[in-house]
Amino acid sequence: MKYSRLIFANLFRKKVRLILTVGSFAVALFLFTFLAVVKSAFSRGTELAGADRLVVINRAGLIQTIPLAYYDKILRIPGVKAVTHNNWFGGVYQDEKNFFPQFVIDMDNQRQVMTEMKIPDDQWKTFVNDRQGAIAGATLAKRFGWKVGDRIPLKNALYGPTSTWEFNLDGIYKNDHPGGDESQFWLQWKYFDESIPAGIKGLVGWYVVKLDSPDDAVRVAKAIDTEFANSSTETKTETESAFQAGFAKQLGNIELLILTIGGVVFFTLLLVTGNTMAISVRERTGELAVLKAIGFTDRFVLFFVLAESLVIALIGGLIGLGLAMLAIPVVGAALNGFLPTLILSAAMLSAGLGFAVLVGAASGLLPGLGAMRLRVVDALRRV
Amino acid sequence: MIRVDRRSDSSSLIRVRGINKTYSRGGEKIQVLQGLNLDVDKGDFVAFMGPSGSGKTTLLNLLGGLDVPSAGSITVDGDEITHMSASKLTHWRARHVGFIFQMYNLIPVLTAYQNVELPLLLTKLSKSERRSHVETALGVVGLADRMNHYPRQLSGGQEQRVTIARAIVSDPTFLLCDEPTGDLDRKSADEIMALIDELVGKYNKTILMVTHDALVAARAHTTLHLDKGVLIEGGKSAQPVLAGGAA
Repeated sequence: MKYSRLIFANLFRKKVRLILTVGSFAVALFLFTFLAVVKSAFSRGTELAGADRLVVINRAGLIQTIPLAYYDKILRIPGVKAVTHNNWFGGVYQDEKNFFPQFVIDMDNQRQVMTEMKIPDDQWKTFVNDRQGAIAGATLAKRFGWKVGDRIPLKNALYGPTSTWEFNLDGIYKNDHPGGDESQFWLQWKYFDESIPAGIKGLVGWYVVKLDSPDDAVRVAKAIDTEFANSSTETKTETESAFQAGFAKQLGNIELLILTIGGVVFFTLLLVTGNTMAISVRERTGELAVLKAIGFTDRFVLFFVLAESLVIALIGGLIGLGLAMLAIPVVGAALNGFLPTLILSAAMLSAGLGFAVLVGAASGLLPGLGAMRLRVVDALRRV
Repeated sequence: MIRVDRRSDSSSLIRVRGINKTYSRGGEKIQVLQGLNLDVDKGDFVAFMGPSGSGKTTLLNLLGGLDVPSAGSITVDGDEITHMSASKLTHWRARHVGFIFQMYNLIPVLTAYQNVELPLLLTKLSKSERRSHVETALGVVGLADRMNHYPRQLSGGQEQRVTIARAIVSDPTFLLCDEPTGDLDRKSADEIMALIDELVGKYNKTILMVTHDALVAARAHTTLHLDKGVLIEGGKSAQPVLAGGAA
């Protein structure tokens, strides 16, 4: 494009200012992208939750248990296709900082309910026949360099005195959903139930119910809670997505926090870049007037200022996104599973670039309109 | 031939009829130009002189389509410019007017070549055609060997030559010079004026120039004096003639 030289020559007029403005964009885009990734990690469970699944927990709270005896009663409710149950294991692998979620699973029904978790049949068969068997998600296995056949010791103090539970890694599951969770560790219900003290045997953490149809969700949830109303252990049943959202909210209103920080970043960047562009235009009043005098239209002058602003935004934005692409895997690894997997998707990169373009256009608009309205005669008088 | 008495034929390149220019400043109306008439033929070289505030630059701005008169009309090469829209006037300027400013007003981040090329970016010329035009213009002003220099690497006189090259590169209908030597020493001023003489004599350019310098004005074919917004013919005319005003 024949005007590009004019645009780029002006950009590099004040190199320090250019570097600082591009740097502001880069830092802001990095922060924006990082926050978006964290927000997405928290909400991914909700987004990927099965529309045809319910979660049944103790009405008193998630950390309270429910009798295993409820299993058959839930299964008998019309509209229920399958039921499985899970417990939180809460073991420690080598060091407390090596956190990852460990679930005691109901081998007989897990695969019928959690259909997106795929395990090769031979590995599942080995797991079912191995009392101390365990299955790990692909991400988790990669994190610790585990392979099938490895012995995994987990220290546990939740169920009696601290003891080390030994597991054989019999299989590795993958999640069918892009970005779905592959960081869990599963162990057998039978081994768990046999090994815990008698007083807490036969109690599960929660049930996951698969429905015949998502349309039945409200009716079946109500039916389950009605079934156990006025019992010693009342239940609270909700859709899996509602359950995931509630779980994420236990950590605080992450979304509001992130949106607030994002908003502050946006407006600060807008002010910084807008001010820079305004100064830049003011410094060149005479030159812009000359351009107009020799035949460049008002619209061209607006385009010229906007183009400069957009180029700054794009360069800064791309640097920021590049930094985010480099940093997010490192930060994700450093968090050791305390946050769900941090994934920088193509959609987020596009949103980041869109954000940069939006701020670039918005910050160039006012100075650009000012330059557009500039009267040549007045501007030349000031030179 | 330059006339300021409205007795012209219709073949003049520039025809100014009864133009007034009034500004409002703090609620007060200031009349800068009063009923000016002027005819300029192709190839004429006119100098406008007068004290500060007499309306010289305002007249130049009106002739160049940078400003519009409060009343009256300006016709250039058959185009009545006083009623053109701002956008149309901008396109008209690109085609018909070359500007030479006192302060050169070059873009400092562009080389001499790139500065001269600017008006051609608005045309449909190809890159090689633009190059040919720019090299010719810089050759005319004697700066073919400085085309890759930035304004800061040139002397004042050389900068003004680049401005002249920029003004002539698109071969406009006429050139407007606002104090073209006002920021130069005598030697550089003489060189610039020799160049302007050459543009008139050799290339038959029509030039209208504002100056405070009588020596510079003396090189024009005609010198017109402005006083309180009224045009007075002088220079080579023995008897100054009051221009315009009466209907």
